[in-house]
This record gives sequence, structure tokens and C-alpha cells, in this order.
Amino acid sequence: MKYESQAVSKPYFIFALILFAGQIVFGLILGTQYVIGDFLFPEIPFNVARMVHTNLLIVWLLFGFMGAAYYLIPEEAETELHNPKLAIILFWVFAAAGTLTVLGYLLVPYATLAEITGNDLLPTMGREFLEQPTITKAGIVVVALGFLYNIGMTVLKGRKTVINIVLITGLLGLALMFLFSFYNPENLALDKFFWWFVVHLWVEGVWELIMASILAYVLIKVTGVDREVIEKWLYVIIAMALITGIIGTGHHFFWIGPPEYWLWLGSIFSALEPIPFFMMTLFAFNMVNRRRREHPNRAATLWALGCAVMAFLGAGVWGFLHTLAPVNYFTHGSQITAAHGHMAFYGAYAMIVITIISYAMPAMRGRPNGNSNKAQVVEMWGFWLMTVSMVFITLFLTGAGILQVWLQRIPESGEALSFMVTQDKLALFYWLRLVAGLVFFAGIVAYLSSFFIKGEDPLVEAQARLQES
Amino acid sequence: MAERFTKSMARNMYLGGSVFFILLFLGLTMDTVRQLPQRDNRENLTEEVAHGKKLWEDNNCIGCHSLLGEGAYFAPELGNVFYRRGGEDSFKIFFKSWMNAQPLGVEGRRAMPQFNLSDEELDALAAFLEYSAKIKTNDWPPNIEG
Repeated sequence: MKYESQAVSKPYFIFALILFAGQIVFGLILGTQYVIGDFLFPEIPFNVARMVHTNLLIVWLLFGFMGAAYYLIPEEAETELHNPKLAIILFWVFAAAGTLTVLGYLLVPYATLAEITGNDLLPTMGREFLEQPTITKAGIVVVALGFLYNIGMTVLKGRKTVINIVLITGLLGLALMFLFSFYNPENLALDKFFWWFVVHLWVEGVWELIMASILAYVLIKVTGVDREVIEKWLYVIIAMALITGIIGTGHHFFWIGPPEYWLWLGSIFSALEPIPFFMMTLFAFNMVNRRRREHPNRAATLWALGCAVMAFLGAGVWGFLHTLAPVNYFTHGSQITAAHGHMAFYGAYAMIVITIISYAMPAMRGRPNGNSNKAQVVEMWGFWLMTVSMVFITLFLTGAGILQVWLQRIPESGEALSFMVTQDKLALFYWLRLVAGLVFFAGIVAYLSSFFIKGEDPLVEAQARLQES
Repeated sequence: MAERFTKSMARNMYLGGSVFFILLFLGLTMDTVRQLPQRDNRENLTEEVAHGKKLWEDNNCIGCHSLLGEGAYFAPELGNVFYRRGGEDSFKIFFKSWMNAQPLGVEGRRAMPQFNLSDEELDALAAFLEYSAKIKTNDWPPNIEG
């Protein structure tokens, strides 16, 4: 850690990981409800657990992105953060608002929450992923503005590298696109159309800029490869992300009202969307192979490589599988969508946040060379348990999805099985998914416990081994 | 990548590419908004339907169901439930008795909460689902089961 003010990212990372653990607990509740339908009913109905699961995901990733920005921007800009105190104040504001929102979901019926938070004045709630009360949404905007001001001023007074410019562009886009969450017309087709301006243009647009710049930063640090080479890659990757991803939004416009030409545009451009992810994988492996130094934090390198591979599989391959309109006609809104969503979010965004945490956290805790070997071994156990079980979760959901399409979607009306009957037939896949979810939970326990393992500096240990031999 | 491909060429590709596609997307968005009136069944968007949509949102129905294929996949698709459960003839009657019977209380079955909606509110929600079913969706879903 070169600059004192980088330390403000520490609470962001810690809180992000706590929310991540919470997200997984609610994921297990949901997985159980898929097979034991009335589990925890009526205390925690499925919609509440699901809202907590997906909202915690969004919020912990936002905490992770902010922590990443506070850590890497001062170092890239070669100056202290403009206002570290503001960063800490905004942390507490965001943490309190997030906690209150989740408590609201859990403690009162959603309709009551909507009523007491003024959803009648400006209705924005009750839409997938945008379930936050309107006042929480307003709070998010305030926090985002303060955050952008803080890092914007830091970059203005310091060095402007490609990494910090791309990161800021991504974060600005993130804030800008979120404004569409306040637009909720009575017309359902319009509502859904502009809803995707937040959801798709986040995850398949500006978040990719954020992800690519964090990955580029970590790769510079752990490989020592020349910045010029990495920056050129970064530009090409984000160029491809936006060239394919913006019109690629069209693959969500097939069946919600917009005109037919989106069937063509959406199919063609979203078929190209795996390209930036494939380039990211090439990029990461290329840089690690050309590395000029062996960074003693091997866990961070593993996360970076794993992130690139899993993002390509989840967002790229599993996205492509059902993105062409004739295929999507049958798979839209089935368990195939769930399979893709799980691996894409874990691979691209959960893993990039863990990558930067894995690199930055030891540095902030006074271990510039990374954690001790013992701690790193446990962390890597966490990596493999979580990653492999996510592969299995995806495979089981894909199996469930294929069978669902076969039984419920392909036969003619009258011969097709109903939704609920089909779900009963998929129970085996859901049980297997639940087991894989439990393994994932074991993975996160291993990962979090690695934070509490002490031991020697890995560089000192390596030297000691050399002397012995 | 050949060495002749310089960083500034990469940057221009990023800037030029994104500006071009943002403008194209804006143009297509304007065209979509212009064409939607022929497709989105807005002539039937009454005050009652709008009230129904608000109830749909206030009770987070999307947290279990999907609507036009989006939402959660835990409970049936409702974009076409109007046709699946009786259409013009009997959908409203079916819908009201179904809502009032919740939760069914079958052990191990996925359970729907009782939302205690008034008769008037159930009418509005039914009207919203009828309006949704009549949006032109390029013939999705493939069959009546959604």
C-alpha cells in the first residue's frame, strides 16, 4: 500500500464479504424451497428470500467496486484520495441504508414496506432487481454522487492512466444508467424496455469496463508486465464489450413487446458478446505467461485467472447457448436462464471483487507480499470449492432447464405438462443443486477463515526454504 | 496482435466504436418507442389496469412468478394466464377464487401467501393480467403452459 488513504477501502471489502456470506445463506434457503416448497413458509416466503439473495448480490458487488476504486485510483493517480473522510462517511450511510432495506424485506410484508417508504408518491418498487424502496434508491444516488466526486477529484489532481480513466467511465455509466430505475411507466412494455437500460447495460456494459480495469490493475501488479501492453489490451477488450453489448441489449427485447427487428439485431450482436470475455481469458493467461516476476501472493493470481475463465464460461458460453432468438423462444424464463445467471455473476463479478480483495487486503493488513503460505493454501481451497461447486450448480440447473423445455415448452398446448407438474419432475436436479450449494457454502467458510490464519511472510518463508536446501 | 496495432489505434477503436453504437442504440430506441403504440395494447390501458400494475408491484409478485418470461421461475408464468385460465369467459371468476383460496396448505407444495386483497383490488389485478396477455410478444410463449 503506497498511499495512506487507500486504507478506506478496507471497511468496504469487509462489509462486502459479510453481505456475500448472507447472500449464500439466502441462496441455500431458496434452494431448499425449490424442493420443499413450504420450507420456512409463511415466515420467509420465496419472494422475500429471493429479493434478499439478489439485492445482497448487487449491493455487495457495489461495495466491492467502490472498495476497488478507493484502493486502486490513488495508486494509479499517484496521489492521496481527495477526501478520505467523505469515503468513510459514505460507507456508513450506504451500509446503514443497505442493512435497513434488508431488515425491511424480512420484517414487514413488502406491501407495508412500499407503503411506509412512500412508493405511492413515486412508484419504483416491485420490479425484479429494482425492489429497493424509492428512498433507498435515492440514497444510492447520493452515495454514488459523493463517491464519483471523491474519486473524480483524485484523478483530476493526479496521473491519468488508462486504468483509472476506464474505471471512472464505467462507474459514471453505472450511476447514469441507474437513473432509469426511477422511470416506471404504467405501460408494461415501456416499463420492461427501459428496465433493461439498467439491468443489461449494467451487467453487459459498464460493469464490464469496471471488471476489465480491475483485472488489468491486478495483472500489472502480480505479473510486472509493461503497462503499455496491458493498456492496449484493456482498450480492445472494452471496445469489444461496448460494440457487442450495447446493441446486444436487443436479446432481451424479443418477447416483451418491441418490434421484430430486435430478433435479428439481438441475436447477431449478443452472439458476439462472448468475444470480449474470450479476450479477457487470453489476456490474463498471456500476461501471466509473460510475467517478469513471481508475485508471492499466488492466491491473487489464481483468482485473476479463475475470474477470466469463469466469466468466459458463464457470461460467454452459457450466455451464447440460449441467446439466438429461435432457441431463446423456448428457453426464455426457464431454468436455463437461472443457470446462466449463476455462473455469469459468480465468474465475472463475484470473482473480480474477490480478486482485488485477495490482492489488496493483505497489503492493507501490513503484508505487502501477500498472506502466509498457510493462509494462501486455505484461501485456494476456498477458491476451488466455490468455483467447482458453481460449475456443478450451473450444470444441474442446465439439466433442469433442458428437461423443463422438453416437457413444458416444446409440446403443443394440451399435450405440454403444466408448470407445477414439470417442476415436480425436475426435483432430482434441484436436490443436486442444493447439495452443490452446500459445498459452495463450505468454500466460503474456508475462504473467510483464511483471513484469520497468521504465519510468516511468504517471501521470508521462501528464502528460508532456499537456505535449507 | 501485431506491433503495428498501436495503443492509440486501440483507443480510437474504443471511442469510435462506443460512440457509434450508442448513437445507433438511441436511434433504435426512438424507433421502438414510435412503433410500440401498435404493439403494446395501450388502448386498453385503463385506470383500473394501472391500479392492477401498482398492486402487482406493491406485493412483489415478480419475486416468485415471471411476467412475459421475466422475474423469478418459482411459480407459473402469468403473461398468458388470462388465456390459460378461461379467457374472456371465466378468467376473472377463476382468478378471484384462486387468490382467495391461498395458501392452499398442501404439505411440501410451493405456497403462495394470502395477500388479503379486496374484491375491487382483485378486479384491478385481473384487468392488469388481461391487458398484459394482449401485448404483442412475437408469439411468445410457445404454448398455453407459458
